[in-house]
Amino acid sequence: MSIQGGQNPASEALAPPFAEAEALGSAETPTQQLWRTFRKDRLAMLGLYVLLALLVVALVGHVLTSFWPIFDPVTVRLPDKLRPPLSPASSSLAKDLLPPFHSYPFGTDEFGRNVLARMLQGSFISLSVGIVAVSISLAIGLSVGGLAGFYGQRRLGPISIDTLLMRFTDVVLCFPTFFLILTVVALLPPSIYNIMIVIGMTSWMSTARFVRAEFLALREQDFVTAAKALGLPEWRIIFRHMIPNALAPVLVSATINVAHAILTESALSFLGFGVRPPYATWGNILADGRSYIFDAPWLFLIPGAAILIVVLAFNLVGEGLRDALNPKLRKRSG
Amino acid sequence: MWRFLARTIVQRLLLLVVISIVSHTVIHLAPGEPTEVDAMNPMMKAEDVARIRKSFHLDEPIHLQYLHWMKDLGTGELKSFRDGLPVLPKIWERFLNSLPLFLCTTLIVWTASFPVGIQAALKRGSRYDRSTTFFAYTLISIPGFFLSYLLILWVVRTFHLPVIGLRTFGTDSGSGIMRVMDRIWHLVIPSLMAALTGIAVLSRYVRAQMLEVLAQDYVRTARAKGLDEDHVVYGHALRNALLPFVTMFGLLLPGLISGSVIFEQIFAWPGLGLLGYEAILARDFPVILTLNFMAAALTLFGILLSDLLYALVDPRIRLQ
Repeated sequence: MSIQGGQNPASEALAPPFAEAEALGSAETPTQQLWRTFRKDRLAMLGLYVLLALLVVALVGHVLTSFWPIFDPVTVRLPDKLRPPLSPASSSLAKDLLPPFHSYPFGTDEFGRNVLARMLQGSFISLSVGIVAVSISLAIGLSVGGLAGFYGQRRLGPISIDTLLMRFTDVVLCFPTFFLILTVVALLPPSIYNIMIVIGMTSWMSTARFVRAEFLALREQDFVTAAKALGLPEWRIIFRHMIPNALAPVLVSATINVAHAILTESALSFLGFGVRPPYATWGNILADGRSYIFDAPWLFLIPGAAILIVVLAFNLVGEGLRDALNPKLRKRSG
Repeated sequence: MWRFLARTIVQRLLLLVVISIVSHTVIHLAPGEPTEVDAMNPMMKAEDVARIRKSFHLDEPIHLQYLHWMKDLGTGELKSFRDGLPVLPKIWERFLNSLPLFLCTTLIVWTASFPVGIQAALKRGSRYDRSTTFFAYTLISIPGFFLSYLLILWVVRTFHLPVIGLRTFGTDSGSGIMRVMDRIWHLVIPSLMAALTGIAVLSRYVRAQMLEVLAQDYVRTARAKGLDEDHVVYGHALRNALLPFVTMFGLLLPGLISGSVIFEQIFAWPGLGLLGYEAILARDFPVILTLNFMAAALTLFGILLSDLLYALVDPRIRLQ
């Protein structure tokens, strides 16, 4: 059990204001209303700015480190081992090895690799690990929850689909998650995709439960009955009418799950099962940096601080979204 | 009541069997056998590997391996692949090490979260509330091992005291009181580190729950009656806000096994998490499987316990 108080009312967050807006003739859509409430939360806005900045850094960093040789994060510069941040490059380096602007803003590591370049590469990979893992968990959660909520009454032999899927969810919930991730990652061949898949496959259960609950409530609503009466095909009712209305709680948990996935990746790196070289992620830069914690503390502090800021930003945005989607809180805060 | 209990227990046992089959299959189908951990060892000839595989039943079909595992677990004769020692005493020994860490962590989490959460709820929107909120999110967002390393660095540099392990090396000859103090010192820092995330999460939950209850009509009635504020908050509001937390006691149980891999690894604490980690490295299937099985059993037992506790404290709930 975690902090998930006030999930359920979110289902009403989108439907009634929609009707109200129509009745009053006001032009404000639910999204605009959400944005208006969200904008008032200063911490959440701060988190949003950080995430936008991170997105730019990750994309620019990916382009720079992949296509510009002087930003290559794997360039080894042995004369410049363990240089502290902001130190200039030594003059004995060959010309094509010189780092950008002849300096190391974040210092260098034990092989003289430029930590700035490694962090830039890591930002893209860490972010992709988080986003791909959460997309996988969303896909599984939406399918399982949606099937159980929409087709739950149908029977396969003696048991209903709903019972089958939800008992399966219970089974997966009973596994000690981190232990399971650790076991599977340790047994599988090391690869960045396996880590994404394993994290995704062990974090879909809460999404499935939310979606099922939303679907059960939505199925009884008038607009779904209307859609059925119009003779729309089932897939269209599910994808065009029900899923968009069920997304609110899913969006919140997805935002927070990205933060979890980044932390899980760093914990796996710490135990030696993370993303393998040559890929740099913030998690494995941090995990490698701990061997030099006395001689080169920046190798430990810089990735640690980066993870902290980004995960914090995801958490703040997630909580801001949850508050903005919760009609009870919205009324109270005026 | 008794029918409910009997039915739930039967259901849970069935679920446990399903879980054990799933975890056995996952672990045995994943690539990497115990005999392949040290594949390049020149001392191992092909026939030795075959003999080892035979003695571990690794050459048999997977459903027979499952039956072997279950039979050995039931009779208590399950042996570790790595050192041939019986698994259950091994787990018991580590459990005794994990238990104080777990109890101390839980104690810190529950004693610290309630005052913080209640204060934040009472002073909603104040500077105290906003700063604890921000601080809680920060604690949730820090990788646990990052903060632990910083703290270890600080403690070692400032106090020149060792913090790793169960006890300080070379204190065995010291007096009794000194040994006890040393054990406590070594217990406090890992449990504090493991507790921080828990405090952050639980205090947010306490705050949300208190806000919910403080907005109820009966709290307004109590205030309107002219009761003093302390009585309203602690006598009326808090007692009602406590209800959901009773169920959380049951859900704490599985944390005993899986909750502390990272912290046991950092502080070299020979508990269950570290045992699991070592077993994973060595592909020690009996230990991994048994730990997984026990964690699942504890989870199921915890859910049952929390259902029962809830029915016990809330008379509106009837178990049918």
